[in-house]
Amino acid sequence: MSEEPESADNPEMPDQANDSEAPDQPVNSDTPEQPVEAESTEQSAESELSDRETEPEESEVRPVSEPTYLSGREPHPMERRIIFRNVDREDWDPSLDRYVEDGGYEQLKAAIGMEPGDITGAVKAAGLRGRGGAGFPTGVKWGFIPPHNEKPVYLICNADESEPGTFKDRYIIHQDPHQLLEGMIISCLAVDAHLAYIYIREEFPEGAKTLEKAIEEAKEKGFLGKDILGSGFDLEIYVHRGAGAYICGEETGLIESLEGKRPYPRIKPPYFPAAMGLYLCPTIVNNVETLCHVKHILAMGAEEWSKIGTPNNTGTRILCVSGDVRQPGYYEVEVGKVTMGQLINDMCGGLRDGRELKAVIPGGSSAKVLRADETFTIGRGDEAREISIWDIPMDFDSLAACGSMAGSGGVIVIDDSRPISWVLNNINAFYAHESCGQCTPCREGSLWMKKITDRVVAGNASPSDIDTLEGVARNIDGRTICAFGEACAWPTESFVEKFRDELIGDTDPEMEDDLLNPEALTAAAHLQ
Amino acid sequence: MELDIPEELEKDIDERITHYPVSKRSAVLPVLHSLQEHFGHITAEAVDWTASKLGIQPIQVLEVVTFYPGFRQKAPGKYHIRVCRTLSCAMAGSYELMESICERAKIDRSAVTHHDPIAVSEDGKFSIEFAECLASCGTGPVCLIGDDFHEAVTDVDALLERYE
Repeated sequence: MSEEPESADNPEMPDQANDSEAPDQPVNSDTPEQPVEAESTEQSAESELSDRETEPEESEVRPVSEPTYLSGREPHPMERRIIFRNVDREDWDPSLDRYVEDGGYEQLKAAIGMEPGDITGAVKAAGLRGRGGAGFPTGVKWGFIPPHNEKPVYLICNADESEPGTFKDRYIIHQDPHQLLEGMIISCLAVDAHLAYIYIREEFPEGAKTLEKAIEEAKEKGFLGKDILGSGFDLEIYVHRGAGAYICGEETGLIESLEGKRPYPRIKPPYFPAAMGLYLCPTIVNNVETLCHVKHILAMGAEEWSKIGTPNNTGTRILCVSGDVRQPGYYEVEVGKVTMGQLINDMCGGLRDGRELKAVIPGGSSAKVLRADETFTIGRGDEAREISIWDIPMDFDSLAACGSMAGSGGVIVIDDSRPISWVLNNINAFYAHESCGQCTPCREGSLWMKKITDRVVAGNASPSDIDTLEGVARNIDGRTICAFGEACAWPTESFVEKFRDELIGDTDPEMEDDLLNPEALTAAAHLQ
Repeated sequence: MELDIPEELEKDIDERITHYPVSKRSAVLPVLHSLQEHFGHITAEAVDWTASKLGIQPIQVLEVVTFYPGFRQKAPGKYHIRVCRTLSCAMAGSYELMESICERAKIDRSAVTHHDPIAVSEDGKFSIEFAECLASCGTGPVCLIGDDFHEAVTDVDALLERYE
């Protein structure tokens, strides 16, 4: 993740998506309701509840009915379902007919009558930030297309969801493909793109078929293809399957992959996709969830939409919770209106019996880990306050203030039964496998980090190995072409910083002698 | 050995190539997917065929085949299994799942390496490898068998019986 504008949406890594078919999610069923602590959240939760209560429970007349959900998969009362409105919905299927019956493609019709600049203006005014990882403002990203551009513009939907811990796009793709298409078509109108691709990870074979079928249906009805709804606007959308590489979630790596090459990320500048992307033409790459939001911004109006969430952290976002909680799953909430404690304890049913929280990775495996007993300072100036992990509002700015990031929304909860060395080693194995190999610090360093934590787990590491581990990580961070360098270094940097004692406890001082041979010392000197 | 490409398959491949009006080279992944789906893995002949189909050099195809974990250069079993290895699934028991599938399907993974990650069962019916995050972290442990996705897998016997 980078802070550079360019990387916007998933600069970070990858937003990786999930795939799958319709799962049996244990998810949000009957979670007990509990008192809410934070005031703002309390209000939002209450108003949400009362909204729901006043709504008619059943709807004989289907059009735009209030949804009901499959038994056992009802949204938690603290959720606010916009993007996931149709996920796990009763009487729902991914067909175009069902979508249109429910009011689908109405926003496309409205968008066709709008000036493209007004669509972009609405997305900017709404304050939509990319849901792939970087949280970069989407409208601003669109605005980076050079003003007097004469080249074709392309739009790519990043459906390469593969950031460990993230599994939201999977459900949109499999259960509500037309929502994504409508968001994409509107976005193509805004940026004047006539050719668009959905880059979907290869491990979603069913998802690719679902999307291809949806595209066919949309073309039959005139929502896509030549002369969309008589507007004179032509647009083709194609599904492009990846082949199992995490780096394809990085937008310039994705573009290289789409050009039929190894997905080696491009250096920025000059290769900012909005200026020089696919085939060196202006290209907008946005995450699945981000593109879906565009439709809802038009439907609600930017002002109304921007009231959802908290200032500078507007809208809803889908938090994906996995690991050591009773009810892992996906929860769509107003950004910043739910705290970590509410998410884990109220929505996910808390930890398992007899377990205590040890750590949380709050935004996909690349996000820096938060230790359960840390205190954090959020807010600026007079508003600054010290909080515990439980009180962290789940939004972009608060998690950044806590030294981590909201990333892709993947929250991995770790309880006290897990050895930290095992957790870190699993993460390091992932990055060692997924480094594309283009930049030396990352190609070599990610493997070294894995080898060191392999030793720690096996009990063969020496205490000084932990310093070496940290040194390797710090020599990757900031020294690579793309944000994968940070993505692979941050877990190690933060785990070593926050769990140094435990890691050293897993090492064996007697191994020290073995390691202090002249060659090793020479090598180590170069690392410092 | 010549590739025997059925007419239907070639027609489908030709149609997919039209999705890339700017550059045929962009179709290298979809063409390889179609070939792998049909033949089970990517052979040297398939690389040459793809290159000539797209008007590029064989090395430009081979570099793609060797980079992406999704392409195999050796024949898998009749059913190819990919078990998610990454953190949330590992916490939910994916290593144990891998072990019990291997035991049940008689697969020996002892020779598996980074460059040769696939192990095949004695009878050739199943092959298996670890995959990185399959993006269903809330329902681990998960695996793909061919194109079928299975989540929260606990009963390995029941899982494999469907592929008898």
